[in-house]
Amino acid sequence: MEINRKEVFRYLGYGRTEPDSQIKDLAESCIAELEREAVPRAVSRVYPLILGQNGAIDGGCFQTVSRNLWKNLKDCTEIIVFAATLGTGADHLIRKYMQLEMSRAVVLQAAATAMLEDYCDELCREQQETCEKEGLYLRPRFSPGYGDFPLNVQEDILSALEAGKRIGIKLTDSLLMVPTKSVTAVMGVSPKPYRCDVKGCEACQKADCLYRR
Amino acid sequence: MRNILEEMRQRRLFFDGGTGSVLQAEGLKPGELPETWNVKRPEALIRLHRDYLEAGADIIKTNTFGANSLKYNENAEFDLKTIVKAAMKNARKAVEQAGKPAYVALDLGPTGKLLKPMGDLDFEDAVSLYREVAQIGAQEADLVLIETMSDSYEIKAAVLGVKEACSLPVFVTMVFDEKGKMLTGGTVESMAALLEGLKVDGIGVNCGLGPAQMIPIVRKLLEVTSLPVIVNPNAGLPRSENGKTVYDIDEEEFSERMREIADMGAVIVGGCCGTTPAHITKVVQKCREIPVVWPEKKGRTVVSSYCRAVEIGKDPVIIGERINPTGKSKFKQALRDHNMEYILREGLTQQEKGAHILDVNVGLPEIDEPAMMEEAVKELQSVVDLPLQLDTSDIQAMERGLRAYNGKPLINSVNGKEEVMDAVFPLAARYGGVVVALCLDEGGIPETAEGRLAIAEKIYRKAASYGIGPEDILIDGLCLTVSSDSKGALTTLETLRGVRDRLGGKTILGVSNISFGLPQRDNINAAFFTLALESGLSAAIINPNSEAMMGAYYSFRALMDLDPQCMDYIGVCGGQSAKPSGTEAPKPEAGSGEEACRAALYEAIVRGLKESAAQNASALLAGWECLRVINEVMIPALDYVGKGFEQGTIFLPQLLMSAEAAKAAFEVIKDRMQKTGQSQEKKGKIILATVKGDIHDIGKNIVKVLLENYSYDVIDLGRDVPPETIVSAAADSHIPLVGLSALMTTTVPSMEETIRQLRKETPWVKVMVGGAVLTKEYAETIGADRYCRDAMASVNYAEEVFGGGASGETSTE
Repeated sequence: MEINRKEVFRYLGYGRTEPDSQIKDLAESCIAELEREAVPRAVSRVYPLILGQNGAIDGGCFQTVSRNLWKNLKDCTEIIVFAATLGTGADHLIRKYMQLEMSRAVVLQAAATAMLEDYCDELCREQQETCEKEGLYLRPRFSPGYGDFPLNVQEDILSALEAGKRIGIKLTDSLLMVPTKSVTAVMGVSPKPYRCDVKGCEACQKADCLYRR
Repeated sequence: MRNILEEMRQRRLFFDGGTGSVLQAEGLKPGELPETWNVKRPEALIRLHRDYLEAGADIIKTNTFGANSLKYNENAEFDLKTIVKAAMKNARKAVEQAGKPAYVALDLGPTGKLLKPMGDLDFEDAVSLYREVAQIGAQEADLVLIETMSDSYEIKAAVLGVKEACSLPVFVTMVFDEKGKMLTGGTVESMAALLEGLKVDGIGVNCGLGPAQMIPIVRKLLEVTSLPVIVNPNAGLPRSENGKTVYDIDEEEFSERMREIADMGAVIVGGCCGTTPAHITKVVQKCREIPVVWPEKKGRTVVSSYCRAVEIGKDPVIIGERINPTGKSKFKQALRDHNMEYILREGLTQQEKGAHILDVNVGLPEIDEPAMMEEAVKELQSVVDLPLQLDTSDIQAMERGLRAYNGKPLINSVNGKEEVMDAVFPLAARYGGVVVALCLDEGGIPETAEGRLAIAEKIYRKAASYGIGPEDILIDGLCLTVSSDSKGALTTLETLRGVRDRLGGKTILGVSNISFGLPQRDNINAAFFTLALESGLSAAIINPNSEAMMGAYYSFRALMDLDPQCMDYIGVCGGQSAKPSGTEAPKPEAGSGEEACRAALYEAIVRGLKESAAQNASALLAGWECLRVINEVMIPALDYVGKGFEQGTIFLPQLLMSAEAAKAAFEVIKDRMQKTGQSQEKKGKIILATVKGDIHDIGKNIVKVLLENYSYDVIDLGRDVPPETIVSAAADSHIPLVGLSALMTTTVPSMEETIRQLRKETPWVKVMVGGAVLTKEYAETIGADRYCRDAMASVNYAEEVFGGGASGETSTE
């Protein structure tokens, strides 16, 4: 897994500007430290999928209503539900530098976010290869809290995956995941190919976002 | 009733297997809480237990793995008492029906929450959750099994909770990955130290892995622990098939591996996820005849942090002495201000210099030492991963520190006085720890080594009466300054040898006392240190920043065959002459003009060079007044960076690096002001908080760094802060400005509620808000005065609220 440097700088607000060598060195040293401390772990399971009316979705281990996700899962018969985390090591590192050296903390924060994304991309690629061998197609991953996919499915997803016990993802009382560098997502599996029009930043309504690509 | 602790020595006992997988086969639905079946389907549980008993299990686990009041409370279908009572009844009934003697283990799993500071469950709340279940279930149980644990702090909470509720035997089994690490970083060795300190009755491994993958972990555990070892693996490694979990080995292979594990020396074996009565039947068949080999006493002296064990043995260890306010005016001020950053930096610097353990002394007459000890321990262990030595003569402070500590600490100290031993040893027995024992008593410090050794022996005996073995005592032979007693060093060295050779014990020494009152103390200290090491010193309390001391230490280890190929010595001393200069700008040359210094300081702040900023500030202060440095250099430089940030030519990391460089320069200026009797006035007080329910505080902390740079006094209430706390803090000191942060859509309502309460109770307060999901419009909707899109925007709003003006207004006292 190679952390995407461009993404790290984008999270830091650099946009199209090239960071100077001092910041690049800082980023490299943060990435090296993070790679020592973070222990990426993931768990996934396959569930049958039933799409109902008006955005109703039965994902086997959760039931919800989300038009965005429904559209994303159209023509799918199964979903892969997964959770991934960088573990407490990454949080520990960020918290440490928040106390001591804020500039390093923000770069670590950005690097950890990029690392988690890369890790998820890698997991998705593996799943995709497996699917393709069986003549199936995989939809892009979709996470709770994204679009109108409600966050309250976290509890069901994490408990179905036994994510607490197996990879250490827990929820706070307000349904935030800890360690904070954690992701849950679902990916539809379909016998039909899918044309992905927009995704990521381009699909988001927040046009004035600092981090927009 | 038979006693399991006696029977397990004489006869091979077996745990049962998995519960969840069997219940699922019986029809437990995904998402359905298994413990509810204790009430809804008691016959299924009784049959499950009975099947295991008939398969040959001697110990059955109650169906209470997830039973705690977070899940079973007034909002749930059943309350906790109903669930636990029913579970105990089912287990008892199964034993009765099986008609054979068996033990019922009250089974306790993780709370399902992550503890603070990583998560949101308070340590004491976790203790209460476990205490509560144990209180309900203890009467019907023969022992308590705390299992599937993967966080050392939660394990400590569980053991304390159980022990506060009952006096049943306690077994703890944990989940390790194939590298031998727990999810929160604990190792086999660090966990063994913690659990031996907490005086549990059995330690082991369960879940996570199959028996084959567990073998190396079990081997390591058997090597380090004196406790009986329990092994309950899964039925191999899991994989998902059609949404169901299946395991990769069968009963035959499982039991074959379990035979290996029993042969290695595990005392009790059984199974976890995926194992069934069929597995246990085979395991019992294959292991029944293997005689129990009780673990020998290892006699190892070990302290631990949440993720690291340090053995104090043949290879001497360094205890950093710098976290101690004695003679340090800045440290004293930091303690009074609850400025933890100072302590954390001292800790990290010492770790970088090679300390293995950190001494923590926060005693100051005018502060609440027990509260401060707890605070310091919690802060340090969230940042530094070295074991700590709790250094206090205040028994309450010692207990608060011991309770909050995530590991097995050094306890500094006890001595031969009856009163002190009676106060300290019960704490050490309860919380665990290696105790530093000073060779003095009611009669003072004996002048001879003989006298000191006699006290050491007395302390060993007394410790033993509290169940504390000699391995958990470090004898401090005491060292008095050689300038007042020329035989002082000889007596100390003779005591060290006596403890090593005659008592077979381990030693500790505050080495630098020896040179008190003498010039060039490092000379005497380093020489004495080498002599002490040669006389058997096991642990040295020294200043790791002293090159002479660390030089003596690494040299000794190289000479005594403790450092193969002198790798450590070369690693530390090899690069000392060539210090990397990095990106730091050069020092101002002697005699360079004020203008050069001014320009260099400005440049250092803009480029974010800490050392250079401090050096040039210091140089400039030779000719300039403090205020002039602030107003003519620092403020313009900060403004330049701030404007650049707003215009998009300077980015967040640079903005913060500049802030850090400015902070380093401000420190120099502050020192100067103190020396000349001036004080820097703050512009005003601002409260910052991340709202209730939100644990993301990086944004808030960025704002804090910048506001402090602009001379605001920031009251940081932290994260996940309830509205009431913010309101009362604002009311108490009549705070003009409150900054709130929320990162998630889900926590914005909590921000709105905070603003509503602030409007009601503290109508004068201005509220600025920020966070990823907020927009200007959104901020207006929830009633904020200002939306700040970034950290500079909050500085600008603060300047607006407090009326701007030049930074760093000062007054001469």
